[in-house]
Amino acid sequence: MSAALERPPALVAAAPYLVVEQVSKRFGTFQALDHVSLAVEPGEFVSFLGPSGCGKTTLLRAIAGLDPPSSGRIAQGGRDITHLPPGRRDFGIVFQSYALFPNLSVTANIGYGLRGRAWPRRRREERVAELLALVGLAEHAAKYPAQLSGGQQQRVALARALASEPGLLLLDEPLSALDAIVRQHLRGEIRALQRRLGVTTVMVTHDQEEAMSVSDRVVVMSRGRIEQVGTPEAIYRQPASAFVAGFVGRSSHVSATVEAPPGLLLVEGLRLPCAAARPLLYGTPVEAFIRPEDVRLGGAATALPGAFDAEVTHGEFLGPVCRLSLEASLPSGRRWRLEADAPPELARAAPGTVLPVAFPAERVMVFPADA
Amino acid sequence: MREAPLRAGLWLALALLGIGLVLPLGTVLLRAFEDAEGGFAGLANILAYARTPALRLAAWNSLWTAALTTLLTVPLAFLYAYGLTRACLPARPAFRAVMLLPVLAPSLLPALALITLFGNQGLLRGMLGGGSLYGPVGIVAAQVFYCFPHAAIILSVALGMADARLYEAAAALRAGRWRVFWTVTLPGARYGLVSATTVVFTLVVTDFGIPKVIGGQFPVLATDVYKQVVGLQNFNMGAVVGLVLLLPAVGGFLLDRWAEGQRSATLSGRAVAYQPRPRPARDVPLLLLCLLVAGFLLGIVGVACWSSLIRFWPWNLSLTLDNYDFARFDAAGWGTVWTSVRMAAWVALIGTPLAFGTAWLLERGAPGGLLSSVLRFVAGLPLAVPGLVLGLGTILFFNHPANPLGFLYGTLGLLVLNSLVHFYTVPHLAAVTAIRQLDPEFEAVGASLRVPALLTFARVTVPICLPAILDIAVYFFVNAMTTVSAVIFLYGPETKPASIAVVHMDEAGQASAAAAMACAILGVTVAVKLAQLAMAGVVERATQGWRAR
Repeated sequence: MSAALERPPALVAAAPYLVVEQVSKRFGTFQALDHVSLAVEPGEFVSFLGPSGCGKTTLLRAIAGLDPPSSGRIAQGGRDITHLPPGRRDFGIVFQSYALFPNLSVTANIGYGLRGRAWPRRRREERVAELLALVGLAEHAAKYPAQLSGGQQQRVALARALASEPGLLLLDEPLSALDAIVRQHLRGEIRALQRRLGVTTVMVTHDQEEAMSVSDRVVVMSRGRIEQVGTPEAIYRQPASAFVAGFVGRSSHVSATVEAPPGLLLVEGLRLPCAAARPLLYGTPVEAFIRPEDVRLGGAATALPGAFDAEVTHGEFLGPVCRLSLEASLPSGRRWRLEADAPPELARAAPGTVLPVAFPAERVMVFPADA
Repeated sequence: MREAPLRAGLWLALALLGIGLVLPLGTVLLRAFEDAEGGFAGLANILAYARTPALRLAAWNSLWTAALTTLLTVPLAFLYAYGLTRACLPARPAFRAVMLLPVLAPSLLPALALITLFGNQGLLRGMLGGGSLYGPVGIVAAQVFYCFPHAAIILSVALGMADARLYEAAAALRAGRWRVFWTVTLPGARYGLVSATTVVFTLVVTDFGIPKVIGGQFPVLATDVYKQVVGLQNFNMGAVVGLVLLLPAVGGFLLDRWAEGQRSATLSGRAVAYQPRPRPARDVPLLLLCLLVAGFLLGIVGVACWSSLIRFWPWNLSLTLDNYDFARFDAAGWGTVWTSVRMAAWVALIGTPLAFGTAWLLERGAPGGLLSSVLRFVAGLPLAVPGLVLGLGTILFFNHPANPLGFLYGTLGLLVLNSLVHFYTVPHLAAVTAIRQLDPEFEAVGASLRVPALLTFARVTVPICLPAILDIAVYFFVNAMTTVSAVIFLYGPETKPASIAVVHMDEAGQASAAAAMACAILGVTVAVKLAQLAMAGVVERATQGWRAR
């Protein structure tokens, strides 16, 4: 009660459903979370994305109360839950392993949390039947988890987590134990279900395609910190840091310095036009990134300023596009490896072919290099 | 806050292990440095020990008989286990059952059977060529019988976990059979071999029953402790000998722990189980060997049973059940068997929930903290403490005039506590292994669904682990039923267990009655084991249906 009375005015005004404030977590000398702050709106689907060890699972477990944070504050629905045990919070969780109880039937698993006075027998049975229909497993109700496929087990875990209508759904790598096709199918289903129920959802994943395809917003994390929070498009098109640019999507990377005329980069003697470098000071060391689909090759390249030659080393057929690996000789003598999506007429370029290459100035992403 | 009642369970376990193990052991340590009047004696007792040639001789005797037994038992057990796991033998379940038979018998049984055959009035005494059975010959022979299953169980587990892919890879690389054996099979089983060696060595050094019955005038450490304490009432010297006895046990324990740690990573989850194919050149010799060993094991038990039915050894070989009328030899009669059954039942009834519950609390319910670390360590300790040392410590601790728990001395309660603590480690480790196989997120899921951890424990953890729990209960029961070494210091006039009655009857020269009593114990343990097998079927149907696909 007192927590509700003391909630800060800022929280009431913005009314986000889940607020993480300055949360840190240490395991011995290892800083798993370093002053992380985040707000999730009601009904929003947010993914934590990052390489293993970035702290995304630690943050999820802190929100669930399984590993309370060392410092900081977490509030859900305006209530401070930082130090509440998991049993007194309001969330459902699906683990990577699903953690289905192997000795209980599908029905018993889904109804596991529906107990006490609030759930008399009739009501519980109705609710379980409703959930079974919701996840499309009505005919498997009496089976044990081991008799189901991976995708079906996943749905049971989801139904169990949603059974008592929690305000918050937590998904810890829910799809990574499944094969590629089931995975794509299920992530669509999870998203549709989440939209229908309007439950605020936080998902942890290391699969960027998964994060981008289902989330309203993606939280990119690295080494215990949040690198960027944004819509999938924003983190792809306007990455906030060199880490995000390198981690999300494919890109070719090079170290450069800002040249004297505004809007130019110098890469070991090679000059590249770059719109984003305009506001930067001359001589600033930067990291530059370009996505393969933004690289222009052949005729389209010679029309652009700053075109240079590169040799095809090999081609990779990906179905809709053919991605070429190229090597450019920099004036310094070093070889620079690039990736570019080839237009149809260049898709069969043989290794050894030399092609003109250019980057559209507004597509080159630059970030000041770390000291 | 919700963990508080769960942590109370940990405190209870720690209290029991503290009273039953840590404090008695501490008492032994203290008494080794005290003089007869209770003053501080420094190293005087230990120096006195080192200066007594008879006592030094006992230590040497213990070491070399243990080494010889190990040298005989481990290769034999390896071949037997190899036959069971890597060859195509007929009737493998029967061979496995026979292998386990000695575990169910008190260690005195093989000694009594050997005396029947080769003793002073033995049928086959001539085969010893004038040598005497009483001494190293009898000790080593009986110990091989007694230790064989312990080594064979460890080795068949080690050999049973073979990865077929390694054998296919070796075959694809055109390695010969011997090369495969030396480079794949043996390295795969090497930690099992270390484990089996240390277990056998420690069992022999610390066993009391066999040297007591068949050792004759041949002194070993275990009988020395008994002699110092019961014969000479020299508790302080008994404590010193106890400490000496503790050394090989602790050494073996540490070595085994090391091997256990090394073994963990040898088999990955993706391994493909090895299936042997028939090959007569390997199968026939192994079958003959297994038949020989099984014949030896069954023969010993058979001789013991037979001698228990003999009217008057060796003059009247007609059969009778008179030897089972125990009241003729011991005032308590069948009461001693009844005492043992009650004691073993209590040990199983209290020990099983205690060991499993504690293991669950340590792993899942209320893990972490200093209390957990201390308890984990103490739970592993009993394996390194010989029963005689534990028994001696218990008598010294509970008999101390200042101990408010002194009223327990001589009661069934103390026997139960002592056996519970003595055999605690193996059930604890078995429970930990069973619980670790469960998904680590069960409790977290339960908590997120607002189901208390204890309910998830009762609805999920216990039903899944029921076969392991049954194993633990039977382990406690069988060991409490057959133990001699710890309880020999602790029983009271009203609470003499059957295994002690065997020792007393043998001392009194009533060999046939002693054999009958040993067979009665064996009968109870075999019945319990059979009941477990029957119940396992029921339990399987009731709680393990989910395992079927």
